[in-house]
Amino acid sequence: MPIEILMPALSPTMTHGNLAKWNKAEGDTVSAGDVLCEIETDKATMEVEAVDEGVLGKIVVPSGTEGVAVNAVIALLLEEGEDAKALQGYTSKAAAPAAAAPASAPVAAAAPVAAAPAAQASGSRVSASPLAKRIATAKGLDLASVQGSGPRGRIVKRDVENAKPGVAQPASKSAAPQAVAGGHTAIPHTQMRRIIAKRLTDSARDIPHFNVTIDVQIDKLLSVREYLNATAPIVNDKPAYKISVNDIIVKATALALKRVPECNVSYTDDAILRFDQVDMSIAVAIDGGLITPIVFDCANKGLAQVSEEIKMLAKKARDGKLMPEEFQGGTFTISNLGMFGVKSFNSIINPPQGGILSVGAGEQRPVVKNGELSIATVVTLTLAVDHRCIDGATAAAFAKELKAVIENPVALML
Amino acid sequence: MADTNFDLIVVGGGPGGYVAAIRAAQLKMKVALVEANHLGGICLNWGCIPTKALLRSAEIYRQFNHAKDYGLSVEGIGFDLKAIVDRSRKVSKKLNMGVGHLLKKNKVEVFDGYAKLAGAGKVSVTKDAKPVATLSAKHIILATGARARVLPGMEPDGQLIWYYKDALVPDCVPDRLLVIGSGAIGIEFASFFHTLGSKTTVVEMLDRIVPAEDAEVSAFLQKSLTKDGMEILTSAGVKGLKKNKATVTATLEVNGKLEEREFDRVIVAAGIVGNVEDLGLEGTKVKVDRTHVVTNEWCETGEPGVYAIGDLAGAPWLAHKASHEGILCVEKIMGLKGLHPMKAALIPGCTYCHPQVASVGLSEAKAVEQGYKVRVGRFPFQANGKAIALGEPEGFVKTVFDAVTGELLGAHMVGAEVTELIQGYAIAMGLETTEAELMHTVFPHPTLSEMMHESVLDAYGRAVHF
Repeated sequence: MPIEILMPALSPTMTHGNLAKWNKAEGDTVSAGDVLCEIETDKATMEVEAVDEGVLGKIVVPSGTEGVAVNAVIALLLEEGEDAKALQGYTSKAAAPAAAAPASAPVAAAAPVAAAPAAQASGSRVSASPLAKRIATAKGLDLASVQGSGPRGRIVKRDVENAKPGVAQPASKSAAPQAVAGGHTAIPHTQMRRIIAKRLTDSARDIPHFNVTIDVQIDKLLSVREYLNATAPIVNDKPAYKISVNDIIVKATALALKRVPECNVSYTDDAILRFDQVDMSIAVAIDGGLITPIVFDCANKGLAQVSEEIKMLAKKARDGKLMPEEFQGGTFTISNLGMFGVKSFNSIINPPQGGILSVGAGEQRPVVKNGELSIATVVTLTLAVDHRCIDGATAAAFAKELKAVIENPVALML
Repeated sequence: MADTNFDLIVVGGGPGGYVAAIRAAQLKMKVALVEANHLGGICLNWGCIPTKALLRSAEIYRQFNHAKDYGLSVEGIGFDLKAIVDRSRKVSKKLNMGVGHLLKKNKVEVFDGYAKLAGAGKVSVTKDAKPVATLSAKHIILATGARARVLPGMEPDGQLIWYYKDALVPDCVPDRLLVIGSGAIGIEFASFFHTLGSKTTVVEMLDRIVPAEDAEVSAFLQKSLTKDGMEILTSAGVKGLKKNKATVTATLEVNGKLEEREFDRVIVAAGIVGNVEDLGLEGTKVKVDRTHVVTNEWCETGEPGVYAIGDLAGAPWLAHKASHEGILCVEKIMGLKGLHPMKAALIPGCTYCHPQVASVGLSEAKAVEQGYKVRVGRFPFQANGKAIALGEPEGFVKTVFDAVTGELLGAHMVGAEVTELIQGYAIAMGLETTEAELMHTVFPHPTLSEMMHESVLDAYGRAVHF
C-alpha cells in the first residue's frame, strides 16, 4: 500500500495552502527528514519533511498549485518493495467521504477533508461555443463578463467579437485600472499579499483607530546602549551582543505595557481580553510583504535576549523560514521605520491586537528645557489603538509610562 | 361565408408560405393561406421533388448499365419515359396532398385563388377573375415565389424549347439536347437526359459550371461530366435559336467564334425572377428591386405589416431558405425572444447531378476575398473504403478553416451521396465548432462520412488515410 502524503496543517486555523514547489521528483528515493516540498501558507513558506522512507511514487498535486485543502493527498510514497503498479487504481483513503480520520492524523480534523485539490471553482458554468471560447482566449476576454445571445444564453462568436477585454467586469471584482499609456505588468497575488490585503482591509474598516503621538528624548538611552555594547563580553572573538535602539524601544514598550496592562488587550464580541504577558510582534519587511514574528513574554526577558531573538527572528523571516508558532499570536506590535529616516508615521492595527506603536527616526532637535533652548536626540512615537478596548486616557497613560521608561532607561533594569 | 378576419394571411403555399402558416398556427395565430395553383409550390410540384424522382430513375438506370461491375447480369435494360414521368407526378401529388393535410391539421384556412393586397391589412382573393373573398389581418406574408427567367427569342413553346416545367413532363428523350445555363437546375436536367441517352451540350456564360460552388468542385464536376460524354461549353453564349420543323438551330458563341449547331430540344435554365407582379404592391411602401421584394433581416418590407419571404425576397433561391425565413418572420411577428437573423453562410446547397454536389459556407476564394487566412483540407473518395465498396470512388470533400481561430468557414463536396452528408458540417458550423471538436468526433466506419473527418484532419496536416 502506498503511503499517502497529506497536505499538512501548519497552524490550527489553516484550511488551505499553496503547494509552492516540490523538492523531490517522482521516482526519487526519500529518506525520513528529507525535504519533500515547500508549502506556502498565510505568511511563510514551510518545508515539509518526509516522515517515512521510500520512493516518491506519484505527485498528486503539482508545484504551484494554489488553494490545496489541508489533509488532501498531495503525493504517494511507495514503500520498499512496492513498484509503480501499486499506484494503479489507487483510491485515496483521505478522499473517502466520512471515513473517520485515523487516530494518527496529527491535526484535529477540523478542516474539511477535500479530495480534489486545486479545483478552483470558477463560479457557475459558462456556456459558450468552442469558437467563442477560442476567440475569447485570444482576446484575453473573461467569458464570465460576456452576455451570451445564443440559445439558452450560450455565448457565441458575435458576443465575443463585440466584447472588449477589461470592459464590463463582473461587479464582484475590483474594477480594472484605466488604460495607462505604456501599459502595466500584472504581479499575481501571493498568498501573503492576499492575507495582508484582507487583514488590513478588515482592520481599517472594522476597528475604530485613534492615535496618540509623543516625542521621547533618547540621549540617555543612547549612552546606555553605547555603554552596554562597549562592555559586551567577547565570546568566540565576537561581542556577545550588540543592542540596537530598536531593541531597547521594544523592551521599553513591553515594560510599559506590563505597567499599564489596560493597553495589552484584545477586543472580542463578549469581552476585552487582558493578556498576562506581553508577546511583542515585530514588523519585519521581507521580500514581497511583511511579517510579524514575536518575542514572547518580552517584558520579562533581558535586553540581550530580546535583542538576540529579534535578530534571529528577522533573519528567519527574511529567509522564509519562520515557523507558524513564531509569527502567529502576539499581543501588541511595534513597527519601526526610523532606519529609513521617517520622522513619524501611523500604522494599521494588526488584529486581533489592541494596539501598534510606530517608531520614527531618532534625530537631533531643538528642545526647550527650563526655559532654555537646547539640543536633544528625539524620536516621535505614534500609538494607534483600538478604541473599543482602549480609551484615550488609558492610551495617554501608557504613552506617559513609555516615555518615562525610554527617557530613564535605568528602569529597564527593574 | 367563412370568417374573413385573421391574425395572419400568407400569400403563396410553397415551402416558404405553408411552413410560415403552420408555425403561426402553432403559435396560436388564426391563419389564412391563399394559393393560386398547388399547395407545396414549385418545390414540391415543379421543382425539387419531381426532379429528384426523375433523377432517381436515371440513377437506377445508370446502375443497371453498370450491373456487370458488381457481378450482376441484367438483360433487356430499357426504360419507359412515360412511366418515369408518371412516377414523378405521383410523388408530387402525394406530397401535395400531404401539405393539405398538414394545413388542415393545424387549422390553417386555405383559400383557393389569387391574392392581391387591397389596402392596409386587406387581401382580395379572386378565382378565374371572380372575387372569392376579401380577407383582413394585421400581418400579411408574401411568399409568391419565382419563376424561370425567360430569355428573349427563346420563349417556351412546349415543344422544342423547354423550361423546367416542360422538361419535367418530356414527351421524348431528345437525341441532341442543348441546356442553357449550368446552375443547379440546368445541370440536373442535363444529368437526367444525358443518363437516359441524350447527347447533351451545356452552355455556360461564366468560365465554369455550377459557378456558385467552390472552383475546385466546378472543375471536378466538369471533368467528370465530360468524361461521361457530356459536352460542356464555358465562357460561351447562345446568340439565337432558330426553330425548324422538328429541330432547333442554335447559334453558339464559343471562344469568340460563332457556330451553328442543330439540336432536337433546348432547355433554358438561365436563372429565375420573382413573382412580384399583380400583388397590389402599387401604392404601398413595398419596394421592389428588379424582380424581388426588398426586405430587412426580419423579412419586413417597407410597408408595416407586410412581409416577404423565400424566392420573392431574393437569393439564394432555395426551398429551405424560404422555410427558414417563414419561421423566422412569424416568430419575429410574435415577439419570440432570442431570435437572430438568418446567416446566409449557413444555408447549405445541393445539386443532384451525377456526381452530386453539396456545399455550405464560404468557398476558398470567397474566404480569401473576405480577408481570412485559410487552412484548406481535402480528402478524395478514392481513399475511402465505403466509397470503393459502393463502386463510387469519384469525388472529394474539401474544408476551409479560418487559420487564426479554427472556425469552419465552408465545406464543399462532390461525389456520391454528398447531399446527405453536408448537414453534418452545417450543424458543426451552426454550433460554432472549431477543428478541434470535429477532430474529436468519432465518425462511424465504414461510411462516406469518414471523409468529412479526414478532410478536417488534412487541413491540419493530419489526414490518416491519404
